[in-house]
Amino acid sequence: MRAERDWTHADLAKALDVSRQTVNAIETGKYDPSLPLAFKISDLFGMSIEEIFENDKDGRLDTSDYS
Amino acid sequence: MARADQNSATRLAEWTFLWVLTVAVPAFGPEIIWGKNDLINLMAILISVGVGIGMIIANIRHIKRQDEMMQKVQLEAMGISLGVAVVGGIAYSMLDATTMIPMDAEISFLVMLIGISYLVALFTNLRRYKRKQIESFAG
Repeated sequence: MRAERDWTHADLAKALDVSRQTVNAIETGKYDPSLPLAFKISDLFGMSIEEIFENDKDGRLDTSDYS
Repeated sequence: MARADQNSATRLAEWTFLWVLTVAVPAFGPEIIWGKNDLINLMAILISVGVGIGMIIANIRHIKRQDEMMQKVQLEAMGISLGVAVVGGIAYSMLDATTMIPMDAEISFLVMLIGISYLVALFTNLRRYKRKQIESFAG
């Protein structure tokens, strides 16, 4: 999704007002964003939270579509 | 945000440096400069405490400027260093009380332990959140 829009990690980090490390960690599924940040991401991409994040079997968010 | 983070980190570093200086004044001042003078000693200690409060406020502001993941990383590192400080400090004190160590327990060792455990926990946590597949982000 980010790559489709030709955004770098820095672009997305700036738009979300977070660090690049946080963008990386969300993309790799190592960090689950808070609800306010998830809403910010969904607003930015113009999609619902469910379309961006999926809950996997362990209860962690699957963010493989996000990058 | 990066610039604001840098500014708050710089401010924190300045306050920390200033606090270290104000700690040195009552520690070495009586020996080197003014001799035995309780009033000057008390004033130097109060100044050190005041600057220390400024450093704590700068630290709080610095952490508040960080994003949610970095705050989580900091919180976990602080939790670990607090635990290490309590457990390590009590054990160290007991070693002194039971004369298992040949010298008196010094607070400076505890401060070093807190600092080292905090840094180790911070870098360990940061590594945990680092990306695992760099090539998957090329596109």
